[in-house]
Amino acid sequence: MNAVAPAPDPVARRAPAPPLAVLLELTHRCPLACPYCSNPLRLVGQRDELATADWLRVLDEAAELGALQVHFSGGEPTLRKDLAELIARARALGLYANLITSGIGLDRARLQALQQAGLDHLQLSLQDSEPAGADRIAGYAGAHQRKLALAQWCRELELPLTLNAVIHRHNAGRVAAMIELALQLGAGRLEVAHTQYYGWGLTNRAALMPTREQLEAATAAVEAARERLRGRLVIDYVTPDYYARRPKACMGGWAQRFVNVSPEGKVLPCHAAETIDGLRFDSVRERSLGEIWRESEAFARFRGTEWMPEPCRGCEHRERDWGGCRCQALALSGRADTLDPVCERSPDHARVRALAEAESRAPAPPFVYRRPQRPGARADGGETGA
Amino acid sequence: MSAAPQAPASDAVPRFPPGVRLQRDRAREQWVLLAPERVVELDPIAHAVLARVDGATRVDAIVAALAAEYGAEPAEVAADVGELFATLLERRLLALAT
Repeated sequence: MNAVAPAPDPVARRAPAPPLAVLLELTHRCPLACPYCSNPLRLVGQRDELATADWLRVLDEAAELGALQVHFSGGEPTLRKDLAELIARARALGLYANLITSGIGLDRARLQALQQAGLDHLQLSLQDSEPAGADRIAGYAGAHQRKLALAQWCRELELPLTLNAVIHRHNAGRVAAMIELALQLGAGRLEVAHTQYYGWGLTNRAALMPTREQLEAATAAVEAARERLRGRLVIDYVTPDYYARRPKACMGGWAQRFVNVSPEGKVLPCHAAETIDGLRFDSVRERSLGEIWRESEAFARFRGTEWMPEPCRGCEHRERDWGGCRCQALALSGRADTLDPVCERSPDHARVRALAEAESRAPAPPFVYRRPQRPGARADGGETGA
Repeated sequence: MSAAPQAPASDAVPRFPPGVRLQRDRAREQWVLLAPERVVELDPIAHAVLARVDGATRVDAIVAALAAEYGAEPAEVAADVGELFATLLERRLLALAT
């Protein structure tokens, strides 16, 4: 019932500009169990992961296609024993090598080896400024302490560090403390990103959604710190969709700037694209990354503005937000090819906002932790990870 | 408190901090600064300035060299260079050697 019609117009098939960045989900294995994980609900097992030779070829094809940056992500990418080899290949190709990690399982010697292989930058997830809150979200006792240690090693090794804090109702009041922690840890950059409600985040929406007052306080904390810390700490802020009036330019526009490769080699325009039934995503096992980027039906389907319904098609914002997010349109309005209901021009806009307000004021339900095999199972907050 | 970003002193020595590098982007036939979660596309003028950032050359020497190369007024070049450096310093895409 979620099937979408084929691309309406051959104009959408003009040779697209190459992506700026590729995100490689090397694995879905992860010691943490954050309930807002961006991985799909159906996690790929280790036996289905691409082999080293496949990933090396994907890197070659990414550089050939014209990508400039590669994000090594997961799951927890350091669980791949070939990570240093992949980083070295990326650097040899001139790609900017970024590691997105939980920090768990990475000791100082391995970190140094990754740096020597050519790692440009490390992005460390931060669950909270308070250890108890952080470990509860991560579903892993002691996770926060390990992150602090990793940040210290980055500083000693002069490896540039970004902290990435995902914001929700349980930590929204500590944004100022997280900013202070980022300064203390010597991070050059901090992402304060409100939860994106897809996949696990959507499953846990009522457990995570902040109130409007919490959102306003978090925004004020970021704005005050930005001014005070100009030139010392760069703070990127991602606002929560549900309280917005205009949708975000999801991924900078479908299949325009980013491309995602799943652990098993599926090439996706975004993390959540597989939730859209009726789109077939090609695999790097069968076609090259460049061929998929240029020719795949799924990439052409929502690229640019040709696919847009009214009022998007005639909207002055159409080339700024590119119609917002297709996965969100599907999740909240039931169709991938309709307006992102975050947009105030959507007939569902008021309902979505009311939903957020109601959920955020109700008592928080327990988390559904991100775990393989039994995605519907519930765990209590005290459970620890693998 | 929204002061304009400050241009570095003429005797300051700019450098790229770890995690920032200048690179040719062959696919788009341009130069870019690569940085954490950032790709900054450079026009030919910005590239001409940043190509002279080596962690050893002072701001005034960069200005003098550019003025000579392009036959431009040094004061004008200094203003343009100062503005570019100030913007990049604020975004942590440039640092000053100590």
